[in-house]
Amino acid sequence: MNVQAPVQEREAALEGIGCKRKRVEDIRFVQGKGNYVDDHVLPGMLFGDFVRSPYAHARIKKINKEAALALPGVKAVLTAEDLIPLNLHYMPTLAGDVQAVLAHRKVLFQNQEVVFVIAEDRYIASDAVELVEVEYEELPPLVDPFKAMDPGAPVLREDIEDKTVGAHGPRKHPNHIFNWEVGDKQAADAAFARADVTVKELLSYQRVHPSPLETCACVASMDKIKGELTLYGTFQAPHVVRTVASLIAGIPEHKIRVVAPDIGGGFGNKVGVYPGYVMSVVGSIVLGVPVKWVEDRIENLSATSFARDYHMTGELAATRDGKIVGLKAHVLADHGAFDACADPTKFPAGMFHICTGSYDIPAAHVEVDGVYTNKAPGGVAYRCSFRVTEAAYMIERLIDILAQKLNMDPAELRWRNFIQPEQFPYNSALGWEYDSGNYPAAMHKALDAVDYNGLRAEQAQRLADFQAGKTRELMGIGVSFFTEIVGAGPSKNCDILGIGMFDSCEIRVHPTGSAIARLGTKSQGQGHETTYAQILATETGIPASMIGIEEGDTNTAPYGLGTYGSRSTPVAGAACSRAGKKIRQKAQMIAAHLLEVHHDDLEWDVDGFQIKGLPERRKSMKELAWAAYNSVPPGMEMGLEAVDYYDPPNFTFPFGAYICVADIDVDTGETKIRRFYALDDCGTRINPMIIEGQVHGGLTEAFAIAMGQIIDYDEAGNVQGATFMDYFLPTAVETPRWETDYTETPSPHHPIGAKGVGESPNVGGVPAFSNAVNDAFAKLGGIHTQMPHTAPRIWGYAKGLGLVA
Amino acid sequence: MAKKLISLTVNGGKVQREVESRVLLIHFLREDLMLTGAHIGCETTHCGACTVDMNGKSVKSCTVLAVQADGAQIRTIEGMAQADGSLHPLQEGFRTEHGLQCGFCTPGMIVRSYRLLQENPNPSEEEIRMGIAGNLCRCTGYQNIVKAIRYAAERMQVKEAAE
Repeated sequence: MNVQAPVQEREAALEGIGCKRKRVEDIRFVQGKGNYVDDHVLPGMLFGDFVRSPYAHARIKKINKEAALALPGVKAVLTAEDLIPLNLHYMPTLAGDVQAVLAHRKVLFQNQEVVFVIAEDRYIASDAVELVEVEYEELPPLVDPFKAMDPGAPVLREDIEDKTVGAHGPRKHPNHIFNWEVGDKQAADAAFARADVTVKELLSYQRVHPSPLETCACVASMDKIKGELTLYGTFQAPHVVRTVASLIAGIPEHKIRVVAPDIGGGFGNKVGVYPGYVMSVVGSIVLGVPVKWVEDRIENLSATSFARDYHMTGELAATRDGKIVGLKAHVLADHGAFDACADPTKFPAGMFHICTGSYDIPAAHVEVDGVYTNKAPGGVAYRCSFRVTEAAYMIERLIDILAQKLNMDPAELRWRNFIQPEQFPYNSALGWEYDSGNYPAAMHKALDAVDYNGLRAEQAQRLADFQAGKTRELMGIGVSFFTEIVGAGPSKNCDILGIGMFDSCEIRVHPTGSAIARLGTKSQGQGHETTYAQILATETGIPASMIGIEEGDTNTAPYGLGTYGSRSTPVAGAACSRAGKKIRQKAQMIAAHLLEVHHDDLEWDVDGFQIKGLPERRKSMKELAWAAYNSVPPGMEMGLEAVDYYDPPNFTFPFGAYICVADIDVDTGETKIRRFYALDDCGTRINPMIIEGQVHGGLTEAFAIAMGQIIDYDEAGNVQGATFMDYFLPTAVETPRWETDYTETPSPHHPIGAKGVGESPNVGGVPAFSNAVNDAFAKLGGIHTQMPHTAPRIWGYAKGLGLVA
Repeated sequence: MAKKLISLTVNGGKVQREVESRVLLIHFLREDLMLTGAHIGCETTHCGACTVDMNGKSVKSCTVLAVQADGAQIRTIEGMAQADGSLHPLQEGFRTEHGLQCGFCTPGMIVRSYRLLQENPNPSEEEIRMGIAGNLCRCTGYQNIVKAIRYAAERMQVKEAAE
């Protein structure tokens, strides 16, 4: 007879779902023993570096490699001409376009890769870069996306000039990439025709960059004897990289091993495939030794993966009493020189059509035009699910602008238009099925928590004082109620290069009752080694501390689509849960065999099976693991392993209510964030400590975007803001204090009800900050000022409104 | 390129190497000594991922030449734990208070915090925020880093009082 510890004690020992488990990753990180890409040193390894274009748009007349090649220690100097015989001068992008690996005939953005040099160390490589002579003939640059399709606009992409049809349909102009629309235009037009009130505003979401603290890097190692390529790199989606590498290089997929080791933050920057990766592989194939490539920060900010650059003309139509009846939007999307956006194949504007937000809007129509400009390619989802930040920004700003026109409180207007709890699953006018939500409850909790009415009264008094000349400081209250769409996604509508966006978990339980689980995702700081083990602990009864988690090595991990778009918990987390259940099912058969009862006579109890009504007759998972290797029922396979490839039936729809209180000095334009309250509902909460950390980090990135970040270009196409001197990353001093809160509305279709949370704070945070700034001026004639809300820009806005002498 | 012989003390151990005069301290530490804890985030002294302690001051080793460290006493993240492997209170604090996520800024952040607490054993939240303003973190939003440093300050004071 077993003597059992009390249930609560055994549950605590598991450290399962809901536990604030300390992170297992941290043991190595706090001791400087992380293993990042640049930490990898292979025997004979060389170092690669790029010669980059000083011009935004120019013809390459001549490249002289001689001086560089003559430098001792230089092993190779490669140009597009060297790649043409291999057909590698262009590579396919995730968006169905091609991107130059090394510039061919023309350069199309400043800092574009032109020549790759390979040398014995990074210093010699830098010297060699200086010695390569490239002669250019400047061409007129195209910087303003609004002029991209002008009749006389310079043609950027001569390589596809004659293609009248792109990956997403007809092209209207040589600089046009695609036109995409969704919704019912007729119904939307009709709603606008009969509406009492309409608003229309151009809302520009500026070009920004994810800028993880670790830049992109890789080490390529081609073993010519075995014909095997090993590629270590900063990859959020290592399996996809292997498939792409196989397709590009023509090496069979089983001969390629891609390893994503520890990654120093991703935020979308490390989803794509970049010329540096390709050239390292080429270099290693050509020279037969490993080649390392590591971006510096200027290269990172100016060449790999911008985000946003969406110019959204949004419109709302409503009745006099504030019932929204229609939404229309046209987006001009600046994709830079190549369409390298990271979106599921069928959605060139990602999930932008979540832009009806948290509101029951009966008619909607959205149209997006993508254009080429002389700017870096990219269009990644910077801490968001495929254009969801843009969508949330548009609807949340439009709601405030409509509230202003209706002379209604913005919280009240939201309240009147919420999708109600009983409407879930809710079918939106633009085609999504929202899984679950209780918006009024979340909003109620948020407004109470900050004493919203008290804040509005204080703001009214402040405004009166300002108008009476008693203060020069205005107060703004920013409300944002966002709904995300994450967890891409159902293979019926989501794929990358034709591969469905499932994810996977393999678990193997060892005889002594510990286990190893491998997944198709890849943490970049999210703490997967900690949280996946928690899910498996609850499902299998094996303590989390006894479950090792591995990701990122394509030789061992099952195929998965990687980590971005808050998909790890919704997709791979679901695979964990299901794989764990399969382990439990087999263990139940073994337990029945050992206890000599029918398996239906057993019930699960925290960490083992017991006979119903006879709890003292039980087998713990530890005992069952041992038995799996020696006493399985007749006819059953030995061992205790399970695999699950999870194709989600739907996305998940996390939501939240954020409130920002800002004080703005109109004479300096300085904004102080006095208070920021964030309520998140991400369904079932796996590790509250990690959730809170994710929310803090996401809010800080939202603060950076709304208040300071921009990758801007001057008229000649020179990138502005490509160093940390110019590009705003908040320090501990500028960063506001965060207050977090939650409600918990499980997803009905997810095995444990979890929805994902990592990106919510960025999606909901940006409009909260921007609404707070705009709200401060809403009763002084201001309607909308574009982000980023830097002090000079706010000061200029105040001046334009006649508030500053 | 001409090389120069330098001698320095790193994490308590004597080191003598020939280095090119242009080699940066961060590259010397990472590539010659294989101390890969400190990282390179920007190469322009902004991010602080490369922070090490040199002669009792926090320095960003991406803009210090290795030859400038000739004769120096240097402490890196690898020198923070005790000889018996037990963690420094700052290392404990960062883990306990969830003061890190991707871990890339962490070594520089901890080494910087160490010097901050040497200079100010009982810093307020404001003083901590100002004290780590040279170290960027993209993941945590700093709130838990502040808590982690307070955690360490409290334990180090208790320990000091006990000694």
